[in-house]
Amino acid sequence: MDGLQVPLEHVLGLASLLFALGLTGLMVRRNILFVLMSLEVMLNSAALAFVAAGAHWGQPDGQVVFMLVLTVTAAEVSVGLGLVLQIQRRFHTLDIDAATRLRG
Amino acid sequence: MIYLLLILFLGGGLAWASERWNPQAPRWVALAVVSFALLYLVVAVARLPVEQFSLLPAASQPDTWLAHTRFDWMPRFGIHFELAMDGLSLTLVALTLLLGLIALSASWSEIDQRTGFFQANLLWSLTGVVGVFMALDLFLFFVFYEVMLVPMYLLIAIWGHEARSYASMKFFIFTQASGLLMLVSIVVLAYQHALQTGSFSFSYFDLLDNRLDPALAFWVMLGFFLAFTVKLPGFPFHTWLPDAHTQAPTAGSVLLAGILLKTGAYGLLRFAIPLFPDAAAEFAPVAMALGAAGIIYGAVLAFAQSDFKRLVAYSSVSHMGFVLLGLYAWNSLAVQGAIVQMVAHGLSTAALFMIAGSLQQRMHTRDMSRMGGLWLNAPRMGACALFFTMASLGLPGLGNFVAEFLVLLGLFQVAPRMAVIAAVGLVTGAVYSLIMLQRSFQGPGDLERTVPDYGRRELATMLLMVALLIWLGVNPQPLLELTQPAVDSLLPGAAP
Amino acid sequence: MTDLLWLIPALPLASATLLIFGSQWWGPRSVAALGVGSVAAAGVCVLLTILSWQGAPLQQTLWTWIAVGELSAGVSFYIDGLTLVMLSVITGVGFLIHLYSAEFMSGDASYARYFAYLNLFVTAMLTLVMADNLLLLFLGWEGVGACSYLLVGFWHFDAANGAAARKAFVVTRVGDAAMALGLFLLFREFGTLDIQALGSAATAQWEVGDPTAVLATALLLGGAVGKSAQLPLHTWLPDAMAGPTPVSALIHAATMVTAGVYLIARTHELFLLAPPTLAAVAIIGLLTLLLAAFTALCQNDIKRILAWSTISQIGYMFLGLGVGAWSASIFHLMTHAFFKALLFLAAGAIIHCLHHEHDIRKMGGLRSRLPLVFLSFLIGAAALSALPLTSGFFSKDLIVLAAFEAPGIGPWLWAGAVLGAFLTALYSFRLVFVVFFGRADTLPDRQPGPAMAMPLSVLCVFSLAGGWLGIPVASVFPTAAEAHPALWVEAVSIGLPLLGVAMAYVLFLGRQWDASGLVESAPGQTLFRFWHAGWRVDGLYDWLWVKPFVGLTVLLKSEPVDRLYGAVVALCQFCHQQLSRSQSGRLRQYATVMAAGVIVLLGVVWRAAGG
Repeated sequence: MDGLQVPLEHVLGLASLLFALGLTGLMVRRNILFVLMSLEVMLNSAALAFVAAGAHWGQPDGQVVFMLVLTVTAAEVSVGLGLVLQIQRRFHTLDIDAATRLRG
Repeated sequence: MIYLLLILFLGGGLAWASERWNPQAPRWVALAVVSFALLYLVVAVARLPVEQFSLLPAASQPDTWLAHTRFDWMPRFGIHFELAMDGLSLTLVALTLLLGLIALSASWSEIDQRTGFFQANLLWSLTGVVGVFMALDLFLFFVFYEVMLVPMYLLIAIWGHEARSYASMKFFIFTQASGLLMLVSIVVLAYQHALQTGSFSFSYFDLLDNRLDPALAFWVMLGFFLAFTVKLPGFPFHTWLPDAHTQAPTAGSVLLAGILLKTGAYGLLRFAIPLFPDAAAEFAPVAMALGAAGIIYGAVLAFAQSDFKRLVAYSSVSHMGFVLLGLYAWNSLAVQGAIVQMVAHGLSTAALFMIAGSLQQRMHTRDMSRMGGLWLNAPRMGACALFFTMASLGLPGLGNFVAEFLVLLGLFQVAPRMAVIAAVGLVTGAVYSLIMLQRSFQGPGDLERTVPDYGRRELATMLLMVALLIWLGVNPQPLLELTQPAVDSLLPGAAP
Repeated sequence: MTDLLWLIPALPLASATLLIFGSQWWGPRSVAALGVGSVAAAGVCVLLTILSWQGAPLQQTLWTWIAVGELSAGVSFYIDGLTLVMLSVITGVGFLIHLYSAEFMSGDASYARYFAYLNLFVTAMLTLVMADNLLLLFLGWEGVGACSYLLVGFWHFDAANGAAARKAFVVTRVGDAAMALGLFLLFREFGTLDIQALGSAATAQWEVGDPTAVLATALLLGGAVGKSAQLPLHTWLPDAMAGPTPVSALIHAATMVTAGVYLIARTHELFLLAPPTLAAVAIIGLLTLLLAAFTALCQNDIKRILAWSTISQIGYMFLGLGVGAWSASIFHLMTHAFFKALLFLAAGAIIHCLHHEHDIRKMGGLRSRLPLVFLSFLIGAAALSALPLTSGFFSKDLIVLAAFEAPGIGPWLWAGAVLGAFLTALYSFRLVFVVFFGRADTLPDRQPGPAMAMPLSVLCVFSLAGGWLGIPVASVFPTAAEAHPALWVEAVSIGLPLLGVAMAYVLFLGRQWDASGLVESAPGQTLFRFWHAGWRVDGLYDWLWVKPFVGLTVLLKSEPVDRLYGAVVALCQFCHQQLSRSQSGRLRQYATVMAAGVIVLLGVVWRAAGG
């Protein structure tokens, strides 16, 4: 196997689309669970771009970074879910806009 | 001379540590440390041959200085640990240690909380000031210049009066910000030296030989000027001073007025003018105008105050205007006058702050509208206040007169108009000094009030300063002769 | 004796030091003995100096005071005839007044402080006249000013006395500042402050009428005008009467206020090179003597009358200096010291015996109750009025005649001077008639004791016979041609004072002519109030200087410069408020801004890369 079966542009386009989707979700959704999911989408879109690029250039680095992203995502989700629980407990809601105590 | 710094610095740590043992101990430790340092200085100076004092301190010959020490510190950047002492430094170091003793006496019964840390800060600020007066490496100078701020900041912020945090912050920001300007100037100087000779140097003597582009020299000089004028303080950078003085504990005021302000004057005299003779000469009219404005402005504001300490603080602004004028007149007479003014003002203002401190300790107010007629209750204190008021308004026979007269005499030779304006200060000086005396010690008294008169310790401190001021007033010649070689070496046209 | 010249000022100084630092150990008797004795001892030194004096100036240098660059001023003394006259007056009259004070001030809580200040004053005054350079002279000059401040405000528990003392110090300080500038100018021109060297250097270097000479002497004149209470800086002297009466006698009549006359006489070589300044001296003297004489006429406080008359008499001295009658002025200085000290001491005795009464309208008929005081006052008033054969007659007559001879404006000066002499006689004898004749209103409760009587008697003798004393100043001043005016000039000069006495008799004792209707009339009242207030100069200065200064302090009290830094602080606070508003705590907003920032950044990179 050498190279990528589909054109790189397509994969990158998909990754961008996913990233934009995730970003939009992050910006518009108020439910913290959806925010986390949007984050996942964004991270995975970046990971996809890495994998695709790695395959395109025939380098292992892309997959190495994908492994890193995977662990980061896992860690992030665990911290994120912990936060979700805390927010639910403190504010009795999952609305992210309720947690504005860090306002300057 | 490095031992002098070590004695004071380690003594500070010792004083702090001794508090664990006994809360009374730190002041005794501090007294011992400062006395020992003074003794060390006297012995070291006394051992020098007499001819040494009339030598012209020259750049390349360390043995023409009274003392000289030099180690490599950061050779890669041309930074050395270089200390040296000429007559000027010696005078100011001696004044520093003396006022250290006096500040100690002032704080003897005033400070009863965290005495160890207080005395440590006192000694550390002395360390910084002594370092400033001796450092000949500009980087080292800057380090000492900044180092002395921190303990002084703490003195005001911890042991100050009601608005201490505001005052200490203002003091710190003013001096720190201006100090950074100086740092920029120093780095530019060192960099220029590197451009010209290929190696960095922060040494005073190397930088003296720098040939700078006039436009650049002006801006670099301005950095130094601002740093030192804020410290002096010259008009219009003086506004930190009344706040800091008013809020500082007595010992802090004594040190601040007595010696910290003098580091500004010393910096102008040692660095800001000699490093950039042409730019400084070009700038002199502005500096002199600021000095003259400071004299009048300080005097007018001093008259307006009802707070005893604030009044004295503004009088400092007025007196320091004379120093600024004297330095920028830049002839032997005026510069000598400025030096005498540093010493005389150090003594007379320190004494007035001590009187203010004693009044606050006894009456729990600095407001002169609640004083009046105190002579009746405390005649000795009144007599001291009278004496130092007279000294402060420049009565002949006392040190301040010699200073002001020499400054004006020298100034008149180069800028008669400035001298005329400054002479107005002689009149306004009398106006605010006398009103201060009237509002506090004279006028109708109240025998019911209990204001204890001076005890032995306070009286002895005061008499020491009285004696020094009279000595300075009737026989300033030894001091003038001590500083004359240093002045000659700084002034243009001196022997190389 | 030359080697011991330093003893003359050192003795009172030593005594003052002992009194200041040892006041708790001395009783009143020792204090008085020390205070009076030290001046007596200094007087003996002066006497010995005079006896051994050969006619050549004596010099002694104690130590170098200040030597920097060109400037070299020593603590050194120069004694010539002029100095000797001053020294005798200061120690002689000073001793008598010290002695008088010992009784006058007895019982005062601050007896030692009083004598300490008084001795310190004598020290400063002696330094002033003995100095061989202008810097040391300035030391004495300021020193007497400070002592005057201390003694005028001696009873400082009364705030009014403190105000008078401050006024005296500040007003004279204005003159002193001018004088200091004069010193700077002279130093710039000649590089020395030595008086003799200055004189010869100036004569060699300056043409007569050189503008710099005029400026330098005008500045010195400023100092002299301040110290000697001449126009326009005379306002402090009447208020200075707040001090104890012996102080007024010593400082504000006999010695300190004549320092200006001494200064001009001492530097006459400079003034001779500046005819415009000399003319100004004469005119200032004339105006002052007239203004003060009119004012004295309208006062009711016995000390204030004497104060205004002092101003007026110093006006005569200035007039004499201005027309070149140097030795006549110094002569008048000496005789004035005798008779004015006598008058003040006599007035002090009245005040002392009448429970501190100052108002002459409440006095009367004291002639028989206080005979010695009456005699003293009469002699003093006669000498002040320059009645023939008294000491004041000789000295004033010399000045008046010399004024007539002055080129140009001479006759006018003379006319003013004799008008002044007439007024002097009028107000002096008004005082005598009102206080010592007529109905006795307030009765004295005591008589002056020996320590007060002795000085009065001695001064009586000197006031009468002082005119025959010769003063050894011929070698100091250029010899002036003897004045030989027409006979009628002499006659008028002698006659007008007599006329003044006669008019005083008619108005205030015999009451043959009642002028009260004239005084009560509207213009009369206006004029009276105007003169009573000293021609409203005080009010003018209040409006011109004091009010604006106080207004300025009020304006600046809030420290406008700090506003500048306040503005910097406010700017920082404003920016930080704006920035902190963006920190809303909304996570989604942060994310949006972050995304926008990344996009902008990418765009920048894109463009920079040339895309």
